[in-house]
Amino acid sequence: MRIKAQVAMVMNLDKCMGCHTCSVTCKQTWTNRDGVEYVWFNNVETKPGIGYPLRWEDQDRWRGGWRLDRAGRLRLRSGGRTRRLSRIFANPDLPVLDDYYEPVTYDFDTLLTAAPGPNAPSARPISAITGEPTDITWGPNWEDDLSGSPVTADKDPNLKAMETQLRMELEHTFMFYLPRVCEHCLNPACVSSCPSGAMYKRDQDGVVLVDQDRCRGWRMCVSGCPYKKVYVNHRTGLAEKCTFCFPRLEAGMPTVCAQTCVGRLRYQGLVLYDADKVADACAVTDPKDLLAAQCEVFCDPDDPEVAAAALEQGIPADWLDAARRSPVWALAMKHKVALPLHPEYRTLPMVWYVPPLSPVLDATASLGGDTADADDVFATVDQLRIPVEYLAELFTAGDAALLAGVLMKLAALRSHMRSITAGGKVDADLLERVGASGDELEELYRLLAVAKIADRFVVPPAHEEDAAALGSWASAWAGATGCSLDEPGGAGTGGPTLVSGPGIPVRGGQ
Amino acid sequence: MTARTLVFAVWPYVALAVFAVGHWWRWRRDQFGWTSRTTQLLERRWLAWASPFFHFGALAVVLGHVVGILVPAGATAALGLSEDAYHRVAVVGGLTAGAFMATGLVILVVRRLVFRHRLQAVTTRLDWVVYALLVVVVTLGAHATIVNVSGSFDYRETVGVWFRSLFVFNPDVELMGSAPVLYQLHVGLAFCFVALWPFTRLVHVWSVPVGYLVRPYVVYRAAGAGAR
Repeated sequence: MRIKAQVAMVMNLDKCMGCHTCSVTCKQTWTNRDGVEYVWFNNVETKPGIGYPLRWEDQDRWRGGWRLDRAGRLRLRSGGRTRRLSRIFANPDLPVLDDYYEPVTYDFDTLLTAAPGPNAPSARPISAITGEPTDITWGPNWEDDLSGSPVTADKDPNLKAMETQLRMELEHTFMFYLPRVCEHCLNPACVSSCPSGAMYKRDQDGVVLVDQDRCRGWRMCVSGCPYKKVYVNHRTGLAEKCTFCFPRLEAGMPTVCAQTCVGRLRYQGLVLYDADKVADACAVTDPKDLLAAQCEVFCDPDDPEVAAAALEQGIPADWLDAARRSPVWALAMKHKVALPLHPEYRTLPMVWYVPPLSPVLDATASLGGDTADADDVFATVDQLRIPVEYLAELFTAGDAALLAGVLMKLAALRSHMRSITAGGKVDADLLERVGASGDELEELYRLLAVAKIADRFVVPPAHEEDAAALGSWASAWAGATGCSLDEPGGAGTGGPTLVSGPGIPVRGGQ
Repeated sequence: MTARTLVFAVWPYVALAVFAVGHWWRWRRDQFGWTSRTTQLLERRWLAWASPFFHFGALAVVLGHVVGILVPAGATAALGLSEDAYHRVAVVGGLTAGAFMATGLVILVVRRLVFRHRLQAVTTRLDWVVYALLVVVVTLGAHATIVNVSGSFDYRETVGVWFRSLFVFNPDVELMGSAPVLYQLHVGLAFCFVALWPFTRLVHVWSVPVGYLVRPYVVYRAAGAGAR
């Protein structure tokens, strides 16, 4: 048993209203620089839709993630090591700028300098890449609220897997928002693809980072990541990705996207896992077993054996305590309502989602049912192939029964809480059908509906003794090298101060 | 000091010294910029052809130079390869490799121009100098090979011997100085290329990720420690 702590996240999709606040605050914090104009470490997609970059879920095209070879061994989808090194001169699986979108700014100057005339001047869009006037033909949330989806939605790779044409007539339409960040996987395909060894998983909290000083720009990580959450900075030629806001995590704060989320739908906390079990869990034969296999990898912090082993292996006591109070653990493992995004990519992703009940509720209402009556909702779940099968393609590798079970639990939660608040009779039969006690459902209700900031984010600060060690290590380099982020296209704002926060990868390993 | 001495006895040492010290300086100063500075994100279709053509061609060309210049004629003869057979292999192999490299190079240069709207921001003046030098050196080398298909000029007994004499610090300037002017230009400019190397994106060559073949897939790194 080799226990490691992982900072993880859960998003409750029913609460996402698609306001993009997370994307904007993330962008302002991390990617408002030259070379990453097109990059959104956090983006929000409308589903069904083809997303950002275009059809990122189509792994036949982009070859991200892992698969099993004929002998049942885990292999990167893009091929073995030699095969991929032989393609180092031109990566055949790399999305280009046009697969994302051409970033623009506007000719604001014209607004100030235009000669007086009968018409108000307008600011034309200017490509942030070429500096020339351009037409805006696509964007990172082009399909917002299903706009344009009569044309594009059928190209959603999840629908292809269902062998179903999505009917976009209004009465059959459903939609929900899918906010996406880096999954900080337990078996990251990007790290495994990196020829330079510049990408790594932090031992203490599992955050996946790119060492900018060791990245040589081979860009295998970009194509290796099935979620397309590693990007090329086209100015520096180096890879960049979501950092899970690690400087904030180290200070005991949630990520920017999580903290600024207006819908309060994000939860952040620790999960303990057994690193020795990861390889086997990724290699289970049936993709539908991957979720169960990943849950097997997790370690229960309330198990005395686990706790003793964790402490012995150097996990601090306050981290163990945080793992016990983790909302991620509660939603994913205790209440079993959170699910990983595309487990079939076999990376063991660590940003999970409570699937949205709203498409089913909308369907229930349109069929004349009562959305607070669990039986009516259950009937809809049973009858409607879409959207349950669609959600199953996203969250359970196509296991519709498993996904329906989660939706039914969420429906039962609504029904149960109404019977309590409206003074009705608690339906014991209903509780039995979804396999939860009234207390459990009420606890889940509090977590999903009324949890305060301290309940939603249980992020233990990094340990100062580690920071001191790293600080001296970092400052030894400072005189010789300066801050690498100050280079053209880097994130630094100049000045002599070296970033000195704990855990900041100032310099590559030896 | 004659011009010959300057070009074939002094300039190579200056270039090699700049090459060595330049790399040491760049490695210490600029890990962040030690990259090929890929432009594949901005243009993929042309690169998909040009880059493998150029790189595989260049690798074969380098290998050919190693065999032709560093290995003495006596060594290949001792291995049972006749001079005539060697020459035939060298011309056919060299021209094939050169054709691949030159094709790739031309497409790469044209690509920079055709897609300049996108690529100009990431193309430096030094990049253009490298491109120009490469075009000239490759053209001269190919031209010299084509002119000398008959094998009338034996570079292995002249250029090769001179080149090896550099490394025992006793450069035989006369041997090189008596070579046809095509060869002289090719060699002199090639050393310009060597001197420029550490200051350009060419440094990525030394980061060939062979370690990847034997590394564990997932890299963990502890705070304050190196990769493990």
